[in-house]
Parts: sequence; structure tokens; C-alpha cells
Amino acid sequence: MEKGKGIMGSGRRWAVDFSDNSTAPSSRDIPDPPGFARASVDQDDSTVSRQKKDAESNWKAQKAWEVAQAPFKNLLMMGFMMWMAGNTVHLFSIGITFSALWQPISALQGVGKVFEPYKDNKVDLLGPKLLFIALNLGGLALGVWKLNTLGLLPTHASDWVSSLPPAQEVEYSGGVRHGMIKNIGIVYFVDLRIQNLNYVHYLGKFDFVTIAMEFFGFINEIKKIISLLSK
Amino acid sequence: MAIMSFIFVFFFLSSLQPILSLYEDQVGLMDWHQQYIGKVKQAVFHTHKTGRKRVVASTEQNIIATLDLRRGEIFWRHVLGPNDVVDGIDIALGKYVITLSSGGSILRAWNLPDGQMVWESSLHGPKHSKSLLITTNLIIEKDNVLIVFSNGRLNAVSCIDGEVLWKRDFEEESLEVQQVIQPAGSGFIYVVGFAASSQFEMYKINAKNGELLKHESTVFSGRFSGEVSLVSSETVVALDSTGSILLTISFHNGKISSQQTPVSNLLEDSPGLAVIIHSSITGIFAIKTDAATIFIRVIGEGKLEVVEKTNHETVVSDALSISEGQQAFALVQHAGSNIHLTVKPAHNWDSNLLKERIKMDQQRGFVHKVFINNYIRTDRSHGFRALIVMEDHSLLLLQQGAIVWSREDGLASIIDVTTSELPVEKAGVSVAKVELNLFEWLKGHVLKLKGTLMLATPEDIAAIQYMRLKSSEKSKMTRDHNGFRKLLIALTRAGKLFALHTGDGRIVWSNLLQSLHKSESCRQPIGLNLYQWQVPHHHALDENPSVLVVGRCGPSSDALGVLSLVDSYTGKEFSSLCLVHSVAQVIPLPYTDSTEQRLHLLIDADKHAHLYPKTPEAIDIFQSEFSNVYWYSVDDDNGIIKGYALKTKCSGIVADEFCFDSRELWSIVLPSESEKIITTATRKLNEAVHTQAKLIADQEVMYKYISSNLLFVATVAPKASGEIGSVTPEESWLVVYLIDTVTGRVLHRMTHHGSQGPVQAVLSENWVVYHYFNLRAHRYEMSVIEIYDQSRADNKDVWKLVVGNHNLTSPVSSYSRAEVITKSQSYFFTHSLKAIAVTLTVKGITSKQLLIGTIGDQVLALDKRFLDPRRSVNPTQAEREEGIIPLTDSLPIIPQSYITHSLRVEGLQSIITVAAKLESTTLVFAHGLDLFFTHYAPSRTYDSLTEDFSYALLLITIVALVAAIFVTWILSQRKELQDRWR
Repeated sequence: MEKGKGIMGSGRRWAVDFSDNSTAPSSRDIPDPPGFARASVDQDDSTVSRQKKDAESNWKAQKAWEVAQAPFKNLLMMGFMMWMAGNTVHLFSIGITFSALWQPISALQGVGKVFEPYKDNKVDLLGPKLLFIALNLGGLALGVWKLNTLGLLPTHASDWVSSLPPAQEVEYSGGVRHGMIKNIGIVYFVDLRIQNLNYVHYLGKFDFVTIAMEFFGFINEIKKIISLLSK
Repeated sequence: MAIMSFIFVFFFLSSLQPILSLYEDQVGLMDWHQQYIGKVKQAVFHTHKTGRKRVVASTEQNIIATLDLRRGEIFWRHVLGPNDVVDGIDIALGKYVITLSSGGSILRAWNLPDGQMVWESSLHGPKHSKSLLITTNLIIEKDNVLIVFSNGRLNAVSCIDGEVLWKRDFEEESLEVQQVIQPAGSGFIYVVGFAASSQFEMYKINAKNGELLKHESTVFSGRFSGEVSLVSSETVVALDSTGSILLTISFHNGKISSQQTPVSNLLEDSPGLAVIIHSSITGIFAIKTDAATIFIRVIGEGKLEVVEKTNHETVVSDALSISEGQQAFALVQHAGSNIHLTVKPAHNWDSNLLKERIKMDQQRGFVHKVFINNYIRTDRSHGFRALIVMEDHSLLLLQQGAIVWSREDGLASIIDVTTSELPVEKAGVSVAKVELNLFEWLKGHVLKLKGTLMLATPEDIAAIQYMRLKSSEKSKMTRDHNGFRKLLIALTRAGKLFALHTGDGRIVWSNLLQSLHKSESCRQPIGLNLYQWQVPHHHALDENPSVLVVGRCGPSSDALGVLSLVDSYTGKEFSSLCLVHSVAQVIPLPYTDSTEQRLHLLIDADKHAHLYPKTPEAIDIFQSEFSNVYWYSVDDDNGIIKGYALKTKCSGIVADEFCFDSRELWSIVLPSESEKIITTATRKLNEAVHTQAKLIADQEVMYKYISSNLLFVATVAPKASGEIGSVTPEESWLVVYLIDTVTGRVLHRMTHHGSQGPVQAVLSENWVVYHYFNLRAHRYEMSVIEIYDQSRADNKDVWKLVVGNHNLTSPVSSYSRAEVITKSQSYFFTHSLKAIAVTLTVKGITSKQLLIGTIGDQVLALDKRFLDPRRSVNPTQAEREEGIIPLTDSLPIIPQSYITHSLRVEGLQSIITVAAKLESTTLVFAHGLDLFFTHYAPSRTYDSLTEDFSYALLLITIVALVAAIFVTWILSQRKELQDRWR
């Protein structure tokens, strides 16, 4: 930026003066042509510009309403995607749900920015803004609803009791079976001896099935980690 | 918990099993295995042939084993059944080990080098009698002959194929055969015995065909008692029933002549009741009185002469013939911390062939048995080696005044096991060690990396394997972060306490407990149980942990008790006391005092409760919990289960403030004609339960009924308490109960018709799994009962739970009578069981697996999910997500889930699980005759990196990534600059 400024500062070689001299006679020496009333032109000019401005603000209001309605399409789209994603937790459904949550939030954060171009004294942006916010909130609600259907919201009793430790007991009772302390001896069972020594299979380390199983096993363990962490 | 649902994505895994087996190179990494044979009863040497010198031994645990004489290792070993008691062993033809077992009815020959059975023959006879096995040099029709007397019948058996060549019955009702003698080189056999206790009988039998040649008998005025001692091939010595008169009976040439000598004639002082020590030394026999062991020589015609009288504990070996007509025998005597081994020739008492003094560890106790063997030295003189069996059941080989090897065979009969933590590592020690080994460490990881990248040569692989197995980390004597290193403290039947290191199974210390030693006040002490007495962790960390050993003076339950406290670090017995009351039950209470000593309640036979330790502090703690302590007793014989509460102080004569009377609260009387208690099971006191809720499909919750006061009782029809198959299914049933032991309330009762014991059961959390035999299906079954608290199920309001407005964690009383529901299911199971246990983790989060001690002496892990009563044929989608396996009628046995892999824990008795500090891991110790220890992670080690994780690879990856980031950053800088200049 600094560089840019420097270049602009030193590089000004020519200039055009756009100052409006219309109200003053174009030249003091030359009178206006007969029938030419400067003031009337002026008047005419202002009505034209007012009309122009009205059209613009109308256009702006219209645009603002359009922008405000845009999330609706998004909403429909999201709804369709969510329906497609199904109710099981996997990468796709999680992604959709989180984008469904993120989009309205980011849109709500930038409400001002979205309606910036349409800001005008004569345009009432409250209506479009409210619609926009409402639609985005609707989108957010849809996302939350989806989150809930996926079972990721603690809205069930089970979500609150699953890590409750067991209740403490008031009484304590101990004891042992009489026979147990009496009969100390080695118990043998031989007659039905089954030879299963050869059951041990040392697995080939790079067997595909093994790797697959290991992988599933690993994923299964994440369950445990999560339950550990959540403790 | 919301995240729990997250994992439902892995629902399809529920039908898959993660592989829990080991790789080949992981064997021995976490596990160790030790083999023992038990207390040796009889030993026979085999040293004549060239090749490996060995000794064949039979033990009290009914094992036949051959040991390497050089190192004491087991060559081969056979475990006979509990009813197959070995009566005698010998070596025949120099290549067969002959064993006579099962009360003399089974004769087997085993091939000496490899232990293969060569032949077996069963010998039956008219009546029960002593069993004698004699090997001879006799040859009948080219067959070498064994003479076996058993069950009242004399058999001549061929050595080659076990065929009975001839047999002769001795059917007289009262005849008690004492000895069978086959004089060397003669063709006849003498059978001598007593008839009607007062008549001496002698039969002379033709050894070729069993023909009776002569029968003589003489009547004595007194009555015979006990053993006879053979002093020559035609003379025996016996004692009369008063133990005061010695009878010398000779039957030379079939003529019986006898001589009576009062013991008091030989000894000046009155010796009291004498007993003949079994020996077979020509010309000499020994008698034992209360105070002394007396050796007596027989001179000529029945004349006796005392040669030595020793007051020490003396053990004598059998005679060993060292050369033509020359016999030797060994004597072992104690003198302080030494033992004296003396070998004497039989004919000359005064000369010694060998006299050695050997320093002996005091912790081995007295010598119980000695067996000798000779060898020819280079200077052609005779050398002797002796195998001795000590009081602690250990086996030692002595040669040239030194202990060549020793075996701790006491560990074959472990009664109880507990664990103890190791000392905390001192600061500074470990750092220095790591620094020293830094290079080694790096080298090791580079090797590992090579292995991972499959660049390693076979030598490297061997080096890696060696490094892993010999990791010094696992056998350190300090506590580790993961809680893998502990001491396993085992009490053996010999009354010896061993501490084994879990890292490599070595014995850290051992102690033959003085309190479990025979003494005046305690004649027959037996060890009963081990308890953790003091486990310091929070405060009192400077104290050593200790264990409590509970013993009893005699086998009956009203014998006086013995307590002993042993320091777990040093093995020193720092306190022992002989109790004035008996010990029927020991109840460790869930309270500890300020020094972390656990309070124990000892219940005596009169149902008085005694509190230990006897300190004022303990009584204060106990008083505050007094009204909440209950106890129960299960009386098998009468089928009565009774519950008691404690009442005031003892009303006895002695004022003892640590003694409390009991008040009977409830009793459950099972009808003795239809039910007999065979098994009970309770929860482990130290079991941790993570949560009281069980999430089921569709976000529903079931509340587990978790109570440590739950008792599982299994009863069978009295008829069906015998062996499997002894009753028809109609007259056999199995009834199981779940009883609350505070109130005596029967929470659940279920009958399995047509089923039979033996029942093995394990109770954990809110479920019990038991194993029994189904007579109708002719298969073993395993059943599961899960018990849920229905009265808690109303807690469904989420908002109440969010703000914590619920009573789920408030203390509960058994008297609140929770409404319970049970779910149960049965499955077929292929194996019969010896033991069953469940994995135990420190917080109880990890899913449980059952550890099953199979009949093949292996330990099989079975996921508890297979024993889920909610399994159904077609589980719904939600149930599948929850992890319910579709119902099958039998439980699968996955070969990879044998945690003992290729090893066997012979004579498996019990499986002990201990939680490591790492939540995923449980330590498993299985003992029987063998010991086996391993780490087991029921859901794999999810909370730590695996042992073979390559840190080097990780490091290299990180370095490579950092380098790549740096390089690309520089490149991008350069490119940007060039863009600017354009």
C-alpha cells in the first residue's frame, strides 16, 4: 500500500477538472440564447434526478427483499441434502449437518454486510433483514434438528445418566461358604482332556483380512477413548 | 452422553470380533510360564547309560516326571488324575519307567527318553490291600518280569508288553500283606504279612509259575502294628501295637523263628511309643520315638544292638547297592544352618563313605526325604549325589558338598494369591539409568525401525526379539506408571510365602512362615488365606505394604487360628499371633485406619466376631459403622444360609472389647431332600464399576442392580451331586438363587430341569455367568443372569437430570427393597471348565471378558457380549448398533483368543485377575501345577501405544514434515519476489 501511495503521489501528470459550472453561464461574454431559461432547466433536472433516485431505491428495496429470501432456497436445498444423508452418523451426514449449522450462523454474523449495498435513506431494510434473520434461524433450527436426529444432542435421559457412578451402599455384608475354606486341594479333571494346543494360529502380519479386522478393532477402541475422555 | 451415540457409526463392527491373539514374536513379551512337579514322593535315578543323566520322580500331586540331573529341568511330565495316586515307580530294562497307580490297579510303562506310554495293564483283585511294585531280574520265557502285589493278588507281569504271566490270590479276609521279597538270584518269592493282627504268615511262591511252595504261620501273644522293616531277604523286624516290643522274625528255609526284644532293653530311658521308619537296609533298621531316631543293627540270630541315637531331625535314604554285595545308605541331619549328608556302608556303621556339610537356606525348613545315587569318580572311588526334598517341598540336588540345582516345587500347590505394589522409584535413580542407556535406546529404535520397514536381516530380527524379551524395564524392582510391575504373593500348602515379580516371574523373596510351623501349641498348622493388610497409598506412604496370612492349627474348623503379618517388600514376618479363638471366616471390611491398615473381622466357630487390628482407633472406626456390618454363612452340609448382624460386646468370661456377639437375622433353609448347595459366588471386593446405567437401543436406559452384597448360590438335587451321567434328566435339576446377604431377600430364583453340576460361576457388576451340564441336551451350558433395578427406571425427565435433581447417586440401603427384574439366557458351550474368572480393570470402563480355564488346562477369553441375555435371532437395527450379536445356540470358541497361546497350565486351579493402572489392561495369573502370567487387554490397549510402536518412524516423519514445510516456505517466498519484479 505504501508503495502504491508513493507512485500515485509522484505520478500525477495530468488532471481533469470535473467541477460543475452548469449553474453559471458558460461564458460571461456570451449571453444565453433567447428562450433559454437556466432556472427552468435546473428545475427540470431536479425532477429527473428525483425520479431516477426513486427508481434506484425501489430497485434497492426489491433487491434487498430478494437477498433476504435467498436463504429459503438454501433451506430447501439443505433439507433435501439432509434427507439424502439419512439418520446414521457418518462423514457425509456429519458434514452436511455442520455446514447446515455453520451457514446460517455465518450469515447471521454478516447481516449488516449483506444489506450494505442496499442501504439508503429511503429504503426500509428492516423487513428484509427480519426475513433474512428468520430464514437463517430456520436453517439453524433445521441443522439442530438434524443434529438431534443423529443423536448428537444430549436430549435423552440416557445422555445424562450414562456416566453416573453406582450409588453407595449403606450396609456391608461379608462371608464365605464354609466348604470353601475347608476343602483346600487341587481339583483335577483329566478324563475329558481335550487337546487344543494346535489351536494357536500365529497370524500372518500382512494378511489383508487381518489388517481390516485390526482397523475395525481400532475404530472400536475409539469408543472407549471417547468414553474415557468424556469422563 | 451425546458422544456415545457418535460411535454408533461403528455398529457393523458389533458382528465382528477384533483379533485379540498374539503374533508369534510377541510370545514371552508380557507372559511367563513356569512348570513344577510338586512334592516328590519317590525318585529313581537313571545314570547307568551314557547320554543324558536323569531322575524319575513321582509326586504327591500325582505327577510322573523325569528331570535333567544336570540342571533340574523337566524332560517330560505326566499329570495323572486326582484319583490316580502313584503307589510306586521304578525303571525296568533301563528304558521303561514303570508306574503303579490307582491303588495298585493300573500298571503303566513309559518310554524313558520321551515319555511315550508303552503299555498299560489294569490289575484287579479280590480285595483292597497294600500295593507293592518290585522289579526283578527274573526271566520267564525270555520276558523280564515285574512282580506286583495289589488288591490282594500277586501278579507277575511281563516288562515288554504288560501281559500278566501268572497271578495268585491271597483271599484270606484278615491277611494284610506287608512285604513281598524276591531274593536276588533265587527262583521264588516270599510274601509275608499279618493275619488277624497277631499271626505272622509266610508264603513261599515259585516265581516261574506262581505255584505255592510253602505256607507257614506263627501266632504271637501281642498284636502287630505298622510297618515291617526288611533287614535281610529272610528277616523282618516288626513292632507290636504297644510300640514297646521289637519282633525279629526270620523265615530262613521256610522255618519261622522269632525273637522278642523290649525296646526298653536297648535304651536306658523309656522312649515312649516307637514307630519303625521305612527302610530297606541290610542289617540295620531305624525306629523313631518322640525325642529321637534310633538306628539298630541286627546281629546274628535276632540279636539287636543300638548303633546310634540321634536327637536331631534325621532322614535316612533307602539302600543303594554300590558294588557286589555292598550297600550304602545316606543320612541327613540338621545342624544349625547347615545340613550334614553322610553316606555309610550298610555293613559297617562306623565308617563313612562320604561326609559333607552343606549350607542350607533356613527358609527351606527340614529335610523330608533323601534319595541317593552313586557314580564312579576318575580315581575309581565311589562318589555320591543326593536328591533331597525339603519341608517347603523344594527339590535339591547335592553333589560334592554343594547344591547343584534347586527347584521351588512348593509353587505347584498354591493355596491363595494376593498382590502387592512395588516401592516407588526414588528420584535420580531412573534418570541416570536412562542416560546410560540412551545410545542403546536409540540403537534399539533404529533396529525396530528397520524391522518395521522390513529391512532387517535375520540377525537383526533375532536381536530385536532378544531385546524385547530381555527388556530390563519389565523386571525392575520399582513401581511403574502403568501398574504392570507388581509382586504376586502366593501362599503354598507347605506354609511358605513366595513373592513373584510379575515382570519375569522370578522369586523376589520367600519365607517359610514360623507361625505356620509345627510347634507345641500348634500341632498341625495349615495356611488358609491371604489378605491385603496394609496398602499404603495416600498417607502413610513411607510404610511398607503388608499381607495378612490366616492359618489354623488343624484341619477342623474349630481349631485355633494363627495370624501372621508379613512385609511385602522384604518378606519378613513382623508380627504373628496364635489366636485364642478359631477362624471360621475372615471378612475384610471396607474400612481402613489412618495408617491404611484394613479392618478385618474374624468369625470363630461360636459365631463371635473378632475385630483386627486390635487398636483403639480401629474400634472407633468400627463403632461408627457398627450397625451397618453384617455377615452370612453358607452351610453346605445342612443346606442353610444364615445372615447375622453384630450385637454388643462378647458375653464371654474374658472382657474383650474387640469381640462381638452375633445375632441371627435371617435364614434360608433349603430342603435337604431336593437341594444341595454346590457352588456359591460373590462379587470381588475390589471390583470397580464405572456406571450404574446401561444404555440400550433407542436411547433407553436400564439401571443395573449393583450391590456388593449379592450372593449367587447353586444347588442340585442330592442324587445329582455325583458324576455327570449318574442320574437321569428327570431326577436331576439345578436351582440358582441370587440372594441379598443383608436382608436375606431372594432376588431371583431359577430352576434348570435336567441339569447337573459341577457348577462354576462368576459374579461381576450386575450379572452372573455359570456353567453346568445339561443332561437332556448332553452338552455343557453356560447361562447368564443380569439383574436390573426397576425402581430407578422412572428417572426419565431430562431436565431433572440436567439440574441434578435426582436421587440416583444417593446411598441406598438393602432394606429399601428395590424392585428388580432379571434377564437370562443359556447357551451351549463345548468345554467343561476348571475355573472361571472375569477381567478386572481399574475403573471398570473397559468391556469385560470372561476368562475360562478349560479342561485342556488353557485359559480362553470369551467376550461378555456373547453372554448377553438380550441377544435375539434378529436384532433390530438399533440393537445391532448397540452391539448385540445375533443369537446362536452355542458360544463360539475363537482359537486366537486362548490367552495362554500354546502353553498349558497343568492342573489349572484358579485364575486371578488384577487391575493394572492402565485402564485397558488386566493382569492375569493362572496357577495350578504350573504358573502362568500375562497382561490382557479385553478391548486391546486403546490407551497406550503398543509395545512395537516405532518411535523412530514417528520422529523421522515429524522431521521430514518440518523440513518439507521449511522448504516449501522458502520456495514460495522466492516465487513471490519474482512475481513482484515482473
